[in-house]
Amino acid sequence: METVLALLSGVLTACAVWLMLSGNLLRFLFGLLLLSNGVNLAIFAAGRLTEGAPPLLGSGGTLPGHEMANSLPQALLLTAIVIGFGLFAFALGLTIRAYRAFGHLNVDRMRLAEPEDDK
Amino acid sequence: MSWTLALPILVPFCAAAAAFLLRNRRGSGWISVLGAVASVVLAIRLLLAVVENGVIATQMSAWDAPFGITLAADYLSAAMVLITAIISLGVSVWAMAEVGQISTRMGWHGLFQTLIGGVTGAFLTGDLFNLYVWFEVLLISSFGLLVIGGQRKAVDGAVKYVTLNLISTVLFLCAAGLTYGATGTLNMADLHAAVAAHPDQGLMTVIAMMFMFGFGLKAAVFPLFFWLPASYHTPHYAVSAVFAGLLTKVGVYALMRVFTLIFVGDQGYTHEILLWVACLTMLSGVLGAAAQSDFRKILSFHIVSQIGYMVLGLALMTPLALMGGVFYLLHHIIVKANLFLIAGVSRRLTGSSDLYAIGGLYRSAPLLGVLFLIPAFSLAGFPPLSGFWAKYVLVKASLDLGAWLVAFVALLTGLLTIFSMTKIWAEAFWKPHPDGRQPALSTIPPRQRLLLLSPVIALALMTVVIGLFPQPFVDFATVAAEQLLDPSAYIATVLPAGEAP
Amino acid sequence: MNSLILTTGARLLIALFLVFSLYVLLRGHNAPGGGFIGGLIAACGLAIHAFASGVAEARRALRVDPRTIGVLGLVCALISGLMALPLGAAPFAGIWAEVAGYAISSVLLFDIGVYLAVVGGILTLIFALEETL
Repeated sequence: METVLALLSGVLTACAVWLMLSGNLLRFLFGLLLLSNGVNLAIFAAGRLTEGAPPLLGSGGTLPGHEMANSLPQALLLTAIVIGFGLFAFALGLTIRAYRAFGHLNVDRMRLAEPEDDK
Repeated sequence: MSWTLALPILVPFCAAAAAFLLRNRRGSGWISVLGAVASVVLAIRLLLAVVENGVIATQMSAWDAPFGITLAADYLSAAMVLITAIISLGVSVWAMAEVGQISTRMGWHGLFQTLIGGVTGAFLTGDLFNLYVWFEVLLISSFGLLVIGGQRKAVDGAVKYVTLNLISTVLFLCAAGLTYGATGTLNMADLHAAVAAHPDQGLMTVIAMMFMFGFGLKAAVFPLFFWLPASYHTPHYAVSAVFAGLLTKVGVYALMRVFTLIFVGDQGYTHEILLWVACLTMLSGVLGAAAQSDFRKILSFHIVSQIGYMVLGLALMTPLALMGGVFYLLHHIIVKANLFLIAGVSRRLTGSSDLYAIGGLYRSAPLLGVLFLIPAFSLAGFPPLSGFWAKYVLVKASLDLGAWLVAFVALLTGLLTIFSMTKIWAEAFWKPHPDGRQPALSTIPPRQRLLLLSPVIALALMTVVIGLFPQPFVDFATVAAEQLLDPSAYIATVLPAGEAP
Repeated sequence: MNSLILTTGARLLIALFLVFSLYVLLRGHNAPGGGFIGGLIAACGLAIHAFASGVAEARRALRVDPRTIGVLGLVCALISGLMALPLGAAPFAGIWAEVAGYAISSVLLFDIGVYLAVVGGILTLIFALEETL
């Protein structure tokens, strides 16, 4: 199972890099989304995987009798997903604003802050 | 003790909430100023507690370390918190005159205090994942500040700032997750031993490099600095000032913390890379500045080159070098924020920040000229200002190690900095205004003039005081460097003996 | 969007969503649930209203600026953290009291803060995106 997750994380990262290298801002954002999902999967796998056994303590604080995954990475990852969601939403809003301001999303042509004749 | 550490973080958030809820009332900016005053008082209290005890630490909600979230302050953290509070006070006063009604209604002051809270949290936390969360807090509020009230240019700058910083965030998160997977802890003090004891040191070095990349992008070191000169000259001047003073320094602070406390096992590799990065950062920043002709763009490139000096202090890892790095960090925040504030005043007087379109400031506003010269000379390293001592210590530290090339690069960068500062001086101050304008300070209404100039004067005075009486500050930085090099006191405070798992 | 089915359905759904979100919020202390997921459910309900009858109508129904709701959530969380100060406990330590046989705590206040912050934050985003598109 770990192997599958590791491969999946790698594939996501590879796709992300390919998307991020494109000159289009929206594609870049989708790449970033894939990249953060790849990272989330990696963290998830770092907490070990157990099937059909939730990592929860029994009532009264007793340890469960079965092998247990570490639940902290899952908590970290939940936080990271929430934060990532907020950041992505902001970036999407910014992209819309950029599209309205420039009429295109080609980052190579966004030279307003650094004009070409600067050199 | 625990509240001494927690209140400097909580107060800016209280101020942020109050300033936001009252954003439609007149004078809501004063809440931000009030919050900043409280921050300064609390930061001084924190500093006194640290000076008394060496290192102080506490656990949020009283969960024991390494399971709960730790807040810890040593000399470096406490000093950074105080400087953050001072900059917050200066910029919030300055912003009263500069940030317009529209931006205020959109919640500018609330976002500003949130940013300060995030920065303070990043300096005080003793937990890697918590550090990530504080990075996000300051990142989100900085995104907001960057686009509020800006024009199309600000959107362009924000696109580059946002995208590149998001990449650094993802890398930081990945590194933190892998660290936990490998060692089973995220508490920085606990990690010191856990990383050293890990059987696979190669893996630890890989993780260390991921941290270096993530923090390096935030700190704007070579070759990861391109977002900085692309965005820092686009927003409000008050925003530029606080970004220039504080944001990249959070990255430098994180590098200093992580590479003195956690990843010290493979210094021949990691710190060697840092050394090269430092030299190239200094050079590329200062050469970039030489090619620019805009007040704020020149200053932005100089942030990059100055970051090189601080990383240099970390890379050499001797007591003297680290002391120089810490001293540089503290001096630089004051000087850089001040220069951006002065750029704002000059823009207000002359109507532009393009050096070829302005001029005549020395004749009509001599006070501003003097106020500019103090931080500008300090930045370039003229004795007896604060920058001289910072540069002197770093050059001496590299000569002590026989690193002639490094010392040469540091001196050359100082020389080229003088060139840039002279350029600003000659164009903006000395030559007459091309349109024949007389940009006198008296054209600004008296109340606004007071608000604009008092923070500038106060920060300039601090630069002069540090320069004339460097001994107490040097002593302080020496203790800070000793604590960084020998983290046993830090670890013992966070994890009391016998309770360590 | 102007669809009779959606507008009529939304009226029923929004009440259901809001009540269910409160249920999830309150059961979150000892069982799966809590402020974050509750806030998401409430925000979904209001978002459906915004899709069905337009953002202007949703803003009117909400009465308060969503950003203000979010900041009020922050205020709740800050109060729950600062409550420990006069009692001499560690920052953000849980404070418990018993009122008429029910145990109430600062933990619940924090969860309510999270709920409000999530509702406010998500609605701010959705309304802003809906209005610009």
